[in-house]
Amino acid sequence: MIVLIAAVAVFLLLRRAIIPPAFGQYGHYRPGALDMVRQRPVSFAGQDSCIACHDDEANARAAGRHIHVACEACHGPQVQHANDPGAIKPQLPNVAKLCRGCHEKDAAKPKDFPQVVTTEHMGDMPCNSCHKPHNPHV
Amino acid sequence: MDPTRRDLFKIGGKLLVLASIGATLEQITGAEPAPDAYKMADHWWGMLIDIDKCIGCGNCVRACAQENGVPQGYYRTWVERYQVEEGKRPVVESPDGGMHGFAPLTREDVKSFFVPKLCNQCANSPCVQVCPVGATFVSPDGVVLVDPKYCLGCRYCVQACPYGCRYLHPGTQTVDKCSLCYHRITKGLTTACCENCPTFARQLVDFKNPKDPVHNFLRHNKVQVLKPYMATEAKVYYKDLDGAVR
Repeated sequence: MIVLIAAVAVFLLLRRAIIPPAFGQYGHYRPGALDMVRQRPVSFAGQDSCIACHDDEANARAAGRHIHVACEACHGPQVQHANDPGAIKPQLPNVAKLCRGCHEKDAAKPKDFPQVVTTEHMGDMPCNSCHKPHNPHV
Repeated sequence: MDPTRRDLFKIGGKLLVLASIGATLEQITGAEPAPDAYKMADHWWGMLIDIDKCIGCGNCVRACAQENGVPQGYYRTWVERYQVEEGKRPVVESPDGGMHGFAPLTREDVKSFFVPKLCNQCANSPCVQVCPVGATFVSPDGVVLVDPKYCLGCRYCVQACPYGCRYLHPGTQTVDKCSLCYHRITKGLTTACCENCPTFARQLVDFKNPKDPVHNFLRHNKVQVLKPYMATEAKVYYKDLDGAVR
């Protein structure tokens, strides 16, 4: 009898020590995991952060067909620049490669999406010789 | 001189008093974290994918990798290009997960389109059911997440996922997958893939938000989930999904 009670006591103590506090609060998992996942730092600052300072570029873009293209879709993740604009200066993207990524002709792309065979369309000329990236209409 | 049992009790008592004073001071000085504005019970996350808008640029795949530190050769999201020809098996390509786009397709005589894929954030998820230690779970706001501290790396969930959305992270040897950018959406931002999609082919949706455009979208469009026969209650809805897509 004493052995049984001791075994149950040891089991309960071990269980208490091993199972994390609040386990099962939301389901069969450790609720602390939610905070752990949330703590990951953000890399893309988001549209609102960019527009807060760069309203000229945002206005130019709003007048053209790139109105729905987010700044960081072309300029890359800029949260460090947004946090410290003076110290971190983003590099301009490689326009020739960048434009082709979306606008190179492909039969699988939606038919109403503007696309060209770039070698026929412009040869070796960079796209921004004619098109302004923020408002590409010529 | 060796300490007596009485000395040990005295030291223990003093330590208890000091600890209780410390705890009381912490309560008085308000050292607790600020209350969180994000309420899990107010959200139920999912995604809408409009296949007819996807241009296969790979922006979503690159953004996901940059945002989430996805190791090279592994993908939390990827893009497939389908070529469907009558009487033949569909040709499905996804070089580097579509991260760097696709070689231009010139064949106009076959049906072809792009399909972005990611974790379907199933409400009734097989991966959650098979996890032996409670390391993978559906959060109260409907996102399937992995607890990297508890994951054993047994890979049961990798096999159980009908959509092939999980992998074993080569660095941590724990399972990794799309978290629907949980660290972003709980801060009021959209996911990295949706933020960087130039054609709005992907949209983060909150089914519990009555003002979310998803309600209007679902009312007026024909949508489908991947592998509906698996009864996983997937929350990634595809508009104009072709029957060839698996």
